[in-house]
Amino acid sequence: MASGRDDFIIAIRSAFLKKSNKQQFSLLALIVFSIVLIFLSNLNFVGIKYIKVGVNEATYRLSAIISYPEKKINETFSFLSEYLNVYNENQNLKNIIDKLNSEKLNYIFLENENKRLKEIVGEESNITKGIVSRVLIDKDGKFLKSIILNKGSKNGIKLGMVVLEKNYLVGQIIEVNYTTSRAILISDLNSNIPVVIEPGSYQSILNGSGKDFGVIKYSKDKLNLDENAIVYTSGSGGNFRSGLPIGIINNEKGNLTVEFFSDLSQLSYVKIQSLEATED
Amino acid sequence: MVQKKINFKNKILKYFPLILLYFSVLNEFDIDVSNMGLLSFNLPFIIIFYWSLKDPDQIGNGLIFFSGILNDVTLGYPIGVSSFIYLTIIAFASYLRNITLRPSIFKDALVFLIAILFANSANSLILSFVFSIEIHFFEIITNITFTFLLYFLFARMFNYLKIMGT
Repeated sequence: MASGRDDFIIAIRSAFLKKSNKQQFSLLALIVFSIVLIFLSNLNFVGIKYIKVGVNEATYRLSAIISYPEKKINETFSFLSEYLNVYNENQNLKNIIDKLNSEKLNYIFLENENKRLKEIVGEESNITKGIVSRVLIDKDGKFLKSIILNKGSKNGIKLGMVVLEKNYLVGQIIEVNYTTSRAILISDLNSNIPVVIEPGSYQSILNGSGKDFGVIKYSKDKLNLDENAIVYTSGSGGNFRSGLPIGIINNEKGNLTVEFFSDLSQLSYVKIQSLEATED
Repeated sequence: MVQKKINFKNKILKYFPLILLYFSVLNEFDIDVSNMGLLSFNLPFIIIFYWSLKDPDQIGNGLIFFSGILNDVTLGYPIGVSSFIYLTIIAFASYLRNITLRPSIFKDALVFLIAILFANSANSLILSFVFSIEIHFFEIITNITFTFLLYFLFARMFNYLKIMGT
């Protein structure tokens, strides 16, 4: 019995402390070092921040280069599958364009009316034109759904700016380096966006599900939403401008799920906007 | 000329595991992801466990530690988390190497399963409790299952590679 315990201790000691001729570091030393790094990361230690920014710059570029062939293969497959459906899609699009054209006139009237009313109540929004950025890496990790963009503090990117694709909200900047930045996607489990659901003007919170759809949560009353109701940002909390379209209610995937307007796995170019709404 | 070719081939074979490890942590196809539907597995875990078990001099502990740092940066995790996880995998492999007299793929795979269960649990605990990052447990379980099942396939491939390199 004692011999068995001794063998176990010897094996453990050997695993953690012994290093062969070619090994520079013992396992124990590296484990201790990584634990120290984790603690310093948790405490937001300044040195770690600088190391991270430096490593980020180099790694993002390198990762983008290494990922390039795979990205191109994915794009080719996507192109081919779209090409096969081109005729049916063309017919559908024609119908949609006819419908949209008829609705457009009504929207222009409503937009002008909305502008006039905002002027009357004294609310003006200072919306910058936005910085167009290329998606370097769209890393679909197990824990974080985020994208790396090729614009950083050098180009005026700041924390908290919103990321749009074709005017649809897709994410928010959470990390800024000198020439690159990272945006968390609205599909991430940690993403919580104050939203308003129209028709009905229901205020709620949209949570990411970690998949390609969102879930409406934390609504005050039990919601009875129409299928195809539109989800917009509500502007509550001041993180997002109100009225940014996000997605459409689609209960096929589950109760109160939101299908995003943008395909978050196919982002190539996005627009980064700073939204500083001012209210008198 | 022939000698040069052999040397080049040997060098490629020698550095292949290291190249594959760095390629998998830097590439967005890094197979640590679930963009292929249900099939999601963690190639770095397999590479690290296999080579730490069979030939620890092939990929140094320091290089594995650094690949963890790169993985954290690419995936946006707090610095040090992946390095710690990779080192726990090495610890399991080293322990198994020290106690094994007659190697068997099934024993290796069993310890590998325990190692990845431990590593993923530690990863989830660190991310959720220390850094308050919400995580998707179903995806992790799928990932563990496929990583375990594919260990057999990759172990065979790496065995073949090892024989070619000697």
